Amino acid sequence: MAITQILFWFLTVLALLSALMVLLSKNPVYSVLWLISVFFAISGHYILLNAQFLAIVNMIVYAGAIMVLFLFVIMLMNLNKETEPQKDIWMKIAGTIAGGCLLMVFISLVRQAKEMTGRTALLKTGNIGLIDNLGKALFSDYVVPFEISSVLFLSAMVGAVVIGKK
Amino acid sequence: MPIQYYIYLALSLFSIGVVGVLTRRNAIIIFMCIELMLNATNLLLVAFSKMHHAVALASNAATQVGIEGQLFVFFIMVVAAAEVSVGLAIIVMMYRNTHSIDVNFLNRLKN
Repeated sequence: MAITQILFWFLTVLALLSALMVLLSKNPVYSVLWLISVFFAISGHYILLNAQFLAIVNMIVYAGAIMVLFLFVIMLMNLNKETEPQKDIWMKIAGTIAGGCLLMVFISLVRQAKEMTGRTALLKTGNIGLIDNLGKALFSDYVVPFEISSVLFLSAMVGAVVIGKK
Repeated sequence: MPIQYYIYLALSLFSIGVVGVLTRRNAIIIFMCIELMLNATNLLLVAFSKMHHAVALASNAATQVGIEGQLFVFFIMVVAAAEVSVGLAIIVMMYRNTHSIDVNFLNRLKN
């Protein structure tokens, strides 16, 4: 087994286990830490797919900025295990069954899809994920959405401040 | 690596996120599960972008096919960051009003 395959399976198991632990841990701070682990595993997948710019952005934006924001909010509210609201057991069972049914439908769809058979995702090679190609495309073909997203950020910032001050 | 493995991984992460939204009552955990679903979608987009790139690379060595998928992931991250800032502000406001982050307190719009 090649080293990329070993890394793929390791990162896959890490992502799935951490995602399950996000749900199962009672303390919200532990959930945040497990979610950071999921994001690092997904960043590892991006590096395996040679999407290095997205891997770094995923680490900086998600694991760095967004998760710190979550941690700040949780610590501001002083949440812990005792104040954690719990749904009753029947709602949990019903939610799990509903999510499992959704997964079954998805998997059966993918198994039937003829477009997906025999296709492979390119690992380790291909230079579209490197920052010079992505930057050229971003600032030539996609410069209008890029500028609109900066307006979106400005409005989100104003909205957060207005809602937070109320 | 066959594309099916990436699809199954992303679908499993997405379904775990759905189960989390359905079974937890803590508003912050629900929000984190939404982030998990967004990340599953991002992973799938990058895998599909590399899948199309692999096909195009066989005929043309300098092709840029598939770069759109990675740019979409970039824009999804931008929108997710904006969404998190507004959403957490709303959760903080809700906590100030009700002194709880239980979403069952919010089952009516008045008051």
